Amino acid sequence: MVGGFGLVGAPLTLVDALVERSDATDLTIVSNNIGEPGRGLGLLLRQGRIRRGIGSFFTSNPEAVAAVNEGSLEAVLLPQGTFAEAIRAAGAGIGGFFTPVAAGTLLAEGKEERMIDGVLHVLERPVRADVALVYAARSDELGNLWYRKTARNFNPLMATAADVTIAEAGEIVPVGCLDPESIVTPHLYVDLLVRSGR
Amino acid sequence: MSDGRRTIAERAARELVAGDVVNLGIGIPTLIPGFLGADTAVFLHTENGLLGVGPPPAEDEIDPDDIDAAKRPVTSVLGASYFDSAESFAMIRGGHIDVAVLGALQVSAAGDIANWAVPGKDVLGVGGAMDLVVGARRVIVTMTATSSDGSPKVVAECTYPLTARGAADAVITELSVFRLREGMLHLTELLGEASLDDVAAVTSAPYVVALETG
Repeated sequence: MVGGFGLVGAPLTLVDALVERSDATDLTIVSNNIGEPGRGLGLLLRQGRIRRGIGSFFTSNPEAVAAVNEGSLEAVLLPQGTFAEAIRAAGAGIGGFFTPVAAGTLLAEGKEERMIDGVLHVLERPVRADVALVYAARSDELGNLWYRKTARNFNPLMATAADVTIAEAGEIVPVGCLDPESIVTPHLYVDLLVRSGR
Repeated sequence: MSDGRRTIAERAARELVAGDVVNLGIGIPTLIPGFLGADTAVFLHTENGLLGVGPPPAEDEIDPDDIDAAKRPVTSVLGASYFDSAESFAMIRGGHIDVAVLGALQVSAAGDIANWAVPGKDVLGVGGAMDLVVGARRVIVTMTATSSDGSPKVVAECTYPLTARGAADAVITELSVFRLREGMLHLTELLGEASLDDVAAVTSAPYVVALETG
C-alpha cells in the first residue's frame, strides 16, 4: 500500500529503497496510480516485481497499461472514492459497505448489488495491506504525522490499513513540537519512521 | 480556444450561482473560471483534497504539494481547506458538492453518461468520474455535439461503457442546451446562430423541443 496522488505525497525515499535494496517480488500494490514511467512505483514495475495493482487510475503510466495488456500485471480498478473508502473501512474495522457509485456499470460486475431506498448500490469490500508506505511533511519522534496541502491525499487512510505502517517524513521534530490539534495521523498507527532523503 | 469550446464554457459559467461548491472536470470545464463574473464567486473543489482552488501560480511560485486532480499546479484562496481522499469523496458521494461540470464521450436520451472508457481501448483509468456523476447535486455535461469523426455524442443509448445511469441534469454543446426533465432530454436553448435543424442534424437521441425565451 503506497500513498500519493501521482507522485505528490508519494513516499519516494521508501519506494526507492524498495527498488534498490529489497528483493521482495510478486507484490500486490495498492496505490491510486502505479507511479510514472521510470519514477516511483514505475521503477518497481520495470523490474517486473508487481503482480497485481489495486487503484483507480493506471492510465497515467503507459508502461502499467502495457504490462496489463501483455498479461504480466493484473489490474483491479475501483472508482477513486470507493478505493479511498475501502482503505478507510479496512483501517476502521468495517467488513464492507454499499455505495451507489459504479452500480450498473462494468466495475460492478461480479459484485453483490442491492436496492437501498430505491437506489441501486454495490457491495465493496475493505482493502488492507501487509505494509503501508506513507509520506508526511512532518512527524514528531513518536510518529504523529502532519501533512501539507494536497500531499495528504491517501496517506492518512493507508496509515491505518496495514499490519505495518512505515512513515517517511520530510522533517522529524521533537515530541511536543506539533500542535496536538493539527495532528492528522496519531502515532499509534505508525510503526516505523524514516527521514525523507529528498 | 476554439469558438465552440468558448461558447460551451461561457454558457456553462452562467449555470453557476454565487456560493456554489463546484467540481470542474478536465477539458472544457477548466475554461469556466475565465467566464465567471466578479459577482459569481464559487468555491472550487478538487477531488484530490482541496476546497477553494485558486488561480494557477506564477512559474516561480509553483508549490509541488499543491495540485489539482489533473495534476496541474494550483493555488488556494482565502478560506480554503485541505483534506484526505476519503473525506473528499464523502463530500462528493454525500451530496455536498452543488455542481459537477464534466466532459463526456456520450450522453443518452435518459441522461446516462459515458465518459471514462472507449471499448477496445484500455479501461484502466476511472479516477473520480463515477463518484462525481453519482454524488454531485447537479451534473452538467459540457461537450462538443459530435466526436472528432463527426458522430453524434447525444445518443439514444450509450454504446461506450457507462459511468452512471440517468446522472446528467444538463448537457451543453456549442449548439444548444439540453435539460433532463422526467428522465427525458428537453432542448431548452439554442446557442449562437444554431437552428433547430442544426441540432437535429447532429443529435441521434430523441428529445422534446421546449425552447425557453429570454
